[in-house]
Amino acid sequence: MPSMRETCPEKVEDILRRFPQRKSASIPLLYLAWEVYGYVSPEAMEEIAEILGTSPADVEGIASFYTMFPLKPLGKHHIEVCTNISCHLVGAQPLMSHLENRLGIKSGERTEDGRFSLQSVECLAACAWAPCLHVNGKEYQKVTAENVDELLNSLD
Amino acid sequence: MAQETRVLLEKLGTPDLLTVKGYRAAGGYQSLEKALKEMTPERIIEEVKKSSLQGRGGAAFPTGMKWSFIPKNSPKPVYLCCNADESEPGTCKDRVIIDENPHLLIEGMLISCFAIGSHMGYIYIRGEFHRGAQILMMAIEEARREGLIGKNILGSGFDCELEVYRGAGAYICGEETGLLTSLEGQKGYPRNKPPFPAISGLYNSPTIINNVETLAAVPSIIERGGDWFKSMGSEKSTGTKLLCLSGHVNKPGVYEVVLGQMTLREFIMDFGGGIPGGRKIKGVIPGGSSMPVMRDEDLDVKLTYEDIHAAGSSLGSGAIIVMDETVDMVEMCLLLAHFYEHESCGQCTPCREGTRWFVQVVDAILKGEGHPGDCDLLLDICRSEFTSICPLWVAAVWPVRAFVTKFREEFEEKIRNGKYGKKDQPAAMAMAG
Ligand SMILES: Cc1cc2nc3c(=O)[nH]c(=O)nc-3n(C[C@H](O)[C@H](O)[C@H](O)COP(=O)(O)O)c2cc1C
Ligand code: SF4
Ligand code: FES
Repeated sequence: MPSMRETCPEKVEDILRRFPQRKSASIPLLYLAWEVYGYVSPEAMEEIAEILGTSPADVEGIASFYTMFPLKPLGKHHIEVCTNISCHLVGAQPLMSHLENRLGIKSGERTEDGRFSLQSVECLAACAWAPCLHVNGKEYQKVTAENVDELLNSLD
Repeated sequence: MAQETRVLLEKLGTPDLLTVKGYRAAGGYQSLEKALKEMTPERIIEEVKKSSLQGRGGAAFPTGMKWSFIPKNSPKPVYLCCNADESEPGTCKDRVIIDENPHLLIEGMLISCFAIGSHMGYIYIRGEFHRGAQILMMAIEEARREGLIGKNILGSGFDCELEVYRGAGAYICGEETGLLTSLEGQKGYPRNKPPFPAISGLYNSPTIINNVETLAAVPSIIERGGDWFKSMGSEKSTGTKLLCLSGHVNKPGVYEVVLGQMTLREFIMDFGGGIPGGRKIKGVIPGGSSMPVMRDEDLDVKLTYEDIHAAGSSLGSGAIIVMDETVDMVEMCLLLAHFYEHESCGQCTPCREGTRWFVQVVDAILKGEGHPGDCDLLLDICRSEFTSICPLWVAAVWPVRAFVTKFREEFEEKIRNGKYGKKDQPAAMAMAG
């Protein structure tokens, strides 16, 4: 696998230019790794450590502190369902159960064909338009156990 | 019936508001021009003090006073950090400004930077706001092309840069020092205070952290004056406030209101259009998940920071979560306990262990495996509330203490009917029966 400095040197440089201290680039570089490799791979973390002049363990610590960074490949459609209070009150639980049944996986898992992964997450700041979920970061509001199939069917 | 008063949301719906041109056509960037060309930084801070604007991030700290803590003539650069982490459950207001009127936030930040002597502002935005981050980056880029950001802004001689920094999923990075360590590229561990960020914050430099809604209120204060802002609302709750209404109401949404014009119940019933199915309210959390839940009979309190505080809770971030009579309060308590356990960064023992303990005890009660005395145990754990580096531990304690105290009968009933409820009764009584 070619490194980020080989595939997109200008993006790496641009990130490094943006901050008075190099270390601040860690999170943007982790995002870049995710974008380039589809997840934050051990090799990517090694490269980031090299760029920042720190240890791979340090970078791994940072990557795992932040819940969004996938340390293993996600499904083609990564579904994140908010199960916090406002969503819970209006049906997040039945929504989550429906998705688990329909996809045959639990939160934190990926379907065998790699098409879907599912994750229950904390409040997504869409509480007034609950229940809410994200598919690959795109927000869908007022999604219920009753109408979510329509959404699933629209994903290729 | 009370109405919305739109100041921050006033321009919403005008065409092309996401562009500099559209925002300008709606009267935008005039406050920036006025601030840079007609006012001194001191005058701006005076005006903000006069407005009595309080921080909208949850702690309601007076904004003008916070700004005046920045040392004069600091040899180090001064930074402004906009807190766009918006992660307190129930809260969904900042995103409305970010998604629909980004230039209002940019204008507010530029004026605020000028006021505190900063030439660099960061917007720390939660990672899940992909779209919001994109909108902001595009708006910043366009503003830079139009001479509103960068060198010699509007020919005033003032230089200022703005930059978006995306978080990546950690509630603790909404806490201001956690935000700073995260922005420095580390795990988002909160830091001990003092030193306060105004003295030593980002990169050990003087730093002001303000919420999105706080900064978005600044242009209107500059345009119409601090006295005008203060003329709205009550003595202590001035201006307008964005309220996020969610849970069991017919019309959830984000509404901008003048505080003091209605009671909490009136707000819920009028703006929320009542409770689905005409059911009764059981409880309301008035300020985001960290704030103590209130019972139905306590909702006739005036909707202001000070009145809700006097009623034993807090308006916090302005997130009002309504729970109807069908809700199991032990389950709600567990849900929130789980949240804080998940989000504790683990640096302090009381917070790390306490949040875990809350989950174990409440989970047992909910499963019918609670013991008599568990309510007192929970309240006992709550007593270490002020022993941590950051207020997350307090934020975890308040909801648990409030649920247990205000709805104790529900907890006790589950314990009584559970596995250990009857068995633990005195043996003599059991035999007598
Ligand atoms: C655990 C925790 C989470 C917080 N989350 C946020 C947040 O998401 N957004 C925010 O503006 N303030 C949040 N705050 C409050 C900030 O620490 C800080 O007080 C605020 O950003 C200051 O801005 P203001 O004075 O304009 O309100 C949080 C505080 C704590 C303790
Ligand atoms: S109170 Fe909790 S979240 Fe805050 S620093 Fe301590 S352990 Fe971390
Ligand atoms: S509780 Fe689900 S988006 Fe806030």
